[in-house]
This record gives sequence, structure tokens and C-alpha cells, in this order.
Amino acid sequence: MKKLALSDDILLKVEKPARYLGNEFNAVCKDHGQVDIKFAMAFPDVYEIGMSYLGIQIIYDMLNAREDTCCERVYSPWTDLDRIMREKNIPLFALESQAPIKDFDFLGITIQYEMCYTNILQLIDLAQIPMLAKDRTWEHPIVIGGGPCTYNPEPLADFFDIFYIGEGETVYNDLMDVYKQCRREGRSRMEFLEQAARIPGLYIPMFYDVTYKEDGTIASFAPNNPNAALSIKKQVVTDLSHTYYPEKPVVPFIKVTQDRVVLEIQRGCIRGCRFCQAGMVYRPNRERDLEFLKAYAVKMLESTGHEEITLSSLSSSDYSHIEELVTFLLDECQSKKINISLPSLRIDAFSLDVMSKVQDVKKSSLTFAPEAGTQRMRDVINKGLTQEDILGGAMDAFKGGWNRVKLYFMLGLPGETWEDIEGIAALSNDIAALYYTIPKSERPGGGRVDIVTSTSFFVPKPFTPFQWVAQNTNEQFLEKQRFLNGKIKDQLNHKSIKYNWHDVELTQLEGILARGDRRLGPVLLDAYRMGCLYDSWSENFRYDLWMKAFERNHVDPDFYNLRERDLDEILPWDFIDAGVSKAFLKREWEQAQKGVVTPNCRAKCSGCGSKIYQGGVCFEGKN
Amino acid sequence: MKVRIKFSKKGIMKFIGHLDMMRYFQKAFRRSGIDISYSQGFSPHQLISFAAPLGVGLTSRGEYMDIMMGTGTNSRKMAELLNAQMVEGVEILSCRQIEDETKHSNAMAILAAADYEVFFKDPDFFDRDMEMSFRAFMGQSHIPTVRKTKKGQREIDLKNLIYKWDIKDGHIFMRLATGSVDNLKPEFVIETFLQSLGKNAELSALDICRLEMYAKAEDGSFISLEDLGKDIP
Repeated sequence: MKKLALSDDILLKVEKPARYLGNEFNAVCKDHGQVDIKFAMAFPDVYEIGMSYLGIQIIYDMLNAREDTCCERVYSPWTDLDRIMREKNIPLFALESQAPIKDFDFLGITIQYEMCYTNILQLIDLAQIPMLAKDRTWEHPIVIGGGPCTYNPEPLADFFDIFYIGEGETVYNDLMDVYKQCRREGRSRMEFLEQAARIPGLYIPMFYDVTYKEDGTIASFAPNNPNAALSIKKQVVTDLSHTYYPEKPVVPFIKVTQDRVVLEIQRGCIRGCRFCQAGMVYRPNRERDLEFLKAYAVKMLESTGHEEITLSSLSSSDYSHIEELVTFLLDECQSKKINISLPSLRIDAFSLDVMSKVQDVKKSSLTFAPEAGTQRMRDVINKGLTQEDILGGAMDAFKGGWNRVKLYFMLGLPGETWEDIEGIAALSNDIAALYYTIPKSERPGGGRVDIVTSTSFFVPKPFTPFQWVAQNTNEQFLEKQRFLNGKIKDQLNHKSIKYNWHDVELTQLEGILARGDRRLGPVLLDAYRMGCLYDSWSENFRYDLWMKAFERNHVDPDFYNLRERDLDEILPWDFIDAGVSKAFLKREWEQAQKGVVTPNCRAKCSGCGSKIYQGGVCFEGKN
Repeated sequence: MKVRIKFSKKGIMKFIGHLDMMRYFQKAFRRSGIDISYSQGFSPHQLISFAAPLGVGLTSRGEYMDIMMGTGTNSRKMAELLNAQMVEGVEILSCRQIEDETKHSNAMAILAAADYEVFFKDPDFFDRDMEMSFRAFMGQSHIPTVRKTKKGQREIDLKNLIYKWDIKDGHIFMRLATGSVDNLKPEFVIETFLQSLGKNAELSALDICRLEMYAKAEDGSFISLEDLGKDIP
């Protein structure tokens, strides 16, 4: 049996030792002596979060399918083990082999949200790899980042050798081949990076120089190496039904966030909500074949023994064959005592019928995400959900036996007025009032309705039509929250409405990092050095230390999130070609200001630019 | 049909706690395709009952669970099917039918004792002097000890709960009362012994292995839980 990187003494002291053991069913263990490339794939958060992420499973499966490569997993050590590893100088290790990360060829890190940036630094630091890319040699692993936050990788530019822009299935094999060849031919690390730079979608930050104007905005962003392209084109899988998908996902011992089979039914979204970065950067919308999904659902349930399956996509109801797929899963699962969890389904007769079959209506709640309180505001953000849709859906739900409704909204959207905010309270009240129009004897749930209204604060993101706008200040956010809280209390049915809100300081930092540039590198490092870690876990979040880090490095955080940008300004992420053109984003911003909605991709093409990928919804019904 | 499964848990699997082992087996049973029975109701669950939880940090060569099945599978075949679904460190040792299908025959209900082997990781720690002290400690006619419970403190005589003990090749063997009536953990015995010498040891300094679990026969003898079942043809 393999030797663990941690002693019994340590493992019996830390919380949930299973986080650090590996040995799960379906984990792939290869002999390091038999492979040419050792790839450590990291998720910069705790095991239970990281294990729930499908992307790593796909890349794990794909790289391990290569005979010359082994791919192993690594997650952030929790704060208890973090302390012990520092104290005893234990290097970060991969789960499968328990071997130190510093002995691997690659450390791949998926970057899913801004609040994990300090955890990225922790991984590099505990791995005992030099923190800055410029200080690394051929003795050190190549540190490569991917995932949604790489659509503006600039705040992390100092720490990564390579960023992978786009979907993992596309050019990793090319990169592995180039790496192997460079090693075989005895090339230098620099020569390898130069060759990597010629692979589409790969961005090597050290091959670019940025200069700034006196006002702090970018004056120029240009390659300093002849191998580096002027623009990095996002890579996407054109045909999602003929590509890698894990048949045997790793089965964790401990309960993880997604303790179930995850079936990704499509990528991208046809809707075009103007605040949504995922809806823009994952274009074009591409569906997987129904038969592909049926086959994988069966295979994965058999190979894992999971008792639940869930669908993954940005908007499941928009999948063309959703009814057939769900009907198939219902038949397949009920005989095998398997649960189906159905997120992001639009509330209609079909989904209510399905949900009443798969969950206990009395115990579950239904979720609507109107995002804004008035039709005017919903038109601004292009959220194609009307008051009638919501109330109609709610009434159907009540008649179907539900009496709990969750509502999600945002505060601080561009052009938001006090009426729009009050609209959130009014809409919550209208839904409650609707319930009480049902005759007393027919009301589900003992005659009482529970409305849970939640607001988050809007954060403008790169590659959205709102990428130029100023984020609200803490004071504005809090004032709006207080105002809304008061308005909810004024409602006739206020006793049926519970109001939840998000943390304002976390939102500010997210906004700063989301639209930051390279000058944030030293701030990140300083915040990490001062002890910031697991920032997305509110019990660990230290806003005061972050603000101190900005101050010590003479960086004004407001410059990044509270400033309205000029439409002609060079943005830190302009060098990335994410498919959606700047002209389209500007057009959408103008339409937003006029409150004009843009039809979804299936109804009418809006010429966003993603058609160049030659697939998906852009070509539906045209072959 | 009620089937009693005996399995071992070794190596790094000692860090996987009892609840996670239950989850692990539920998934393994699904993968194996054996005809395990489910409870009725809105969220059916597999009918599994474990004899006794094993503490984190302990290994075992004699763990037990009872499961209910629709149609049974030949004992050897069933062990093979299940072993194909095990991770390194867990092995199915036997699958045997229990004829009495009432709750009274459940492994948990009839469990009376368990055997343990205790090694000191540092062999020099348990030297001749220590061995002598341990013999003297166990040789007392009463070992009054205060045990902390949820309700407060309770005085017990360890001697009544230790059925058998021995020292062999530098390690300790013990048969201890186990189950829902009386339950004594091996680490508690060692801890109490060391405290009597003014010493203490962390659990990580010990290697403790559960060897077997027993029910008490009518004549007062101990019979292993496995021996209460018979092979499925």
C-alpha cells in the first residue's frame, strides 16, 4: 500500500483526513516511472468544493487517456493542515501518488472565481515553487491556469507561466506534445514557452509589456516576443457529442457539494442576459446529442454507484430535447432508486410535473430568478422574464402543491432607480398575495406561503455589455439594501417574506479583481503574505488586510471598480478574442441604456461574432 | 434474505470514518449489481446495518454488516462481485446467509465482544518493564475507572469488561465487551493503563487492529458473527 505524504499523527489531528488521501474509487494511479509527463491538476479551494467541479474530471480523463501522461489531483489544504505544512515544511503533494507537486511537469490550476486568488498563491507557495513566473527554471513545474477568470487573467499575470483561454478539450494534447518534444530535444524552458505561444488559445503573460497613461489607464499592450500573437483566440469544442467526457468519474469518500453524477447537457446560453459573463464567453450555445447524454448517464451511474444525477447547463429548459431527456432519466432512475435533481429549469407545466415526481413537494421550494424588480429594469439587463411569466409560474406551483418560493435579485444594476428596487418588494408581495387568492381550503402547505427574497450586489464583468460601467460604492449598496428592507416591511404580506442579502465587502473585492490589471499582482501577493486565504469563506475573509495591502502598494482599488470607463479605453482583457466582438458589446450597452431587449440566439442572430466557431446554435437548422 | 458480510479495513482506509464507510458501501452495492433491498417511502434507502462502528485510526480484519436482499447470490460469487468494487484497503472476506430475519438476529443486536491487537509503533516504548507493568495492571482483581459519559462521570470496573488478554511478541491482545449494553474501547484500556503510570500516548502512537466480533452463545461461550451464518449455495 502506498506511503502517504502526511504522517498518522497529522492525519489524526486534522479535520476530514479523507481530503488528503486519494485512493477513491475510479481514481487513476500510474507509475511515474512509466510516463513522460506528470500533470497535477489543482482546484484552489477545499476538496469538497473542488471535487464537485466537472471540468477537472474531463481534463483528468482526457490526460490520463494518454499513455505518456499521468494526471493527478490536488486541492487547497484547509487552514488546519496549511499551518502544519508550513510549520513542518511539508511540500504540497498530489492525491494519487502523494508525490510532491514540485516534482511534476505541470501544475494546472482552474480559476473559477475571483475570491480564490489567494488560494492560488497558497498552492504555489506550499508546493515550494517560486511565486513569480519570472523566477522559475526548468527545475520547476510549468504553472498553467484555465477557467472563467482567465477571460481577464491580468491580476494573476505575475504568477502564471501560461494561461489557457477556452475549453480544456481543445489544445491540451498539442501542449503536451510540444512539451515532450522540447524535453526530448533538450530545449530550454524559454524555448518551450515560445513554442507554446504559437498554439492557439495559449497566453504567456511574460511575452507582453503593458504601459500606462498618466491617468492610470492602459496606453499600450504589446508582445515583446516574436512568437506571441497580438490577440489570443478563445478555443471551443465545436462538436460536443464527439469529445472527451468522463465515463468513470472519481467517487469521493466524504460528502462533497456535488455528491452525484453530473451530466453536462450543453455549453453556452442562447439568452444573452447583459450582466452574465458566462452567457457571453461560453458562446456559441452548443448542445450535446440526446443519445450521447442517455448513454453517458447510464454509464456514469453504473460506474460510480451514485444515488443521484443532475443536469448541468446555464439554462436547462433551453436544451432542445429537455423533455425527452428528463422522461428517459425518470424511467431509468425510478426503477433503480436514483434521484434526479433538476436545477435551472423554467417553471412551467412540464417542469412542475417532473419535479412533483422527483421530489417531496411539501419539503421543497421553487426558485425564480427575475434578477430585477421591474419590467423596465429587466429589459435593461435583457432578462426575458415577464411579470406574467413569474406570477403564472407561481400560481401553477401553488396549485401543484408547493408553498415555498425563492426569489433571486440583484441590487446596483446599471441605471437602477428607487422604483426598480421597490419593485423587488412589490413583486415578492404580489406572489404572496397570489397565494392568498386561492380559497383557504385549497391552499397547499397549511395555509401559509413562504417567500424568500435574496439580493446579491451586481459586479460588472469583462466581456459583458456592462464591462464599462461603475460598480456601486459600499455606501450605495448598503443604502439600497436598507431601503429595500424597509419596503419589504411595508408590504401587506411582509410576514410571508424573508429577506436575505450578501456581504458588501466581498462584492467590492470581487469587482476590483474581476476588472483588474497587472498592477494588482503585488497587492495579491501582499494580501496573501499578510494571511488572506479562503476569502470566499466569510469566516476567513479579512477586508481590512486587503485594504491594507492596497494602501501599502499604493494602488487605488476604486480605480478598478468605481470608475466608469470610456468606451475607447484599452481594457486589460482586450487582447483576448472571446468570440463576442467589442462592437456587439457596445451595441448591447446602447440597447441596454434604451431599455430595448435583444432576442435570444434561436429567435434571431444578433451578430455577436461567435459564428466564426462554425458550430452550435449559429448553425442550427442550416445544414 | 438476510446476508451477513464480513470485511477487512486496512492501511490508509483507517482514516475513513464510519459514516463515510456506509456511504462507500452504498455506492459499491449499486455498482456491483447485487439485488439489495430498499426501504419503502419517498426516498428509499438500502437496508444495511453495521455491527459496530470502528473508530478513525483503527484497522480491522473482522468488520460486519447485515444487508437485506431480494434474491441471494452464491457466497463466493457475491464476494467476487463486491471485491471488484472495492478500493485498496477494503476486502470482502465472506457473505453468509442469516436464517433468522428478525431484528433480534442483527449483528448490532447480538454483538457481545470483539478481539483487538494493539501494537506500539515505537517498539522500544513497550519494553520489558512496561510489559511487566501491564501484566500487573491487568492482573488486579478490580480496575476501578472513571469514565466520562454524556450525563457526567460514571465509575466502572474495567475488569468486568475485559474477557481475555495476553501479551505476544511485544503486542497486546484483548477481548473486550462490545455492543450496545457494555462497550469498552481498546484505546481506553491502554490510556487508563498509561495514566496509572503517569504517562500518556496519542492514538497515533498505536496501531490497533480489530480482529473479530462475537455474539454470546447460550452456554456463555463466544461465537464469531460469521459462524452464525451459512454459505449461500
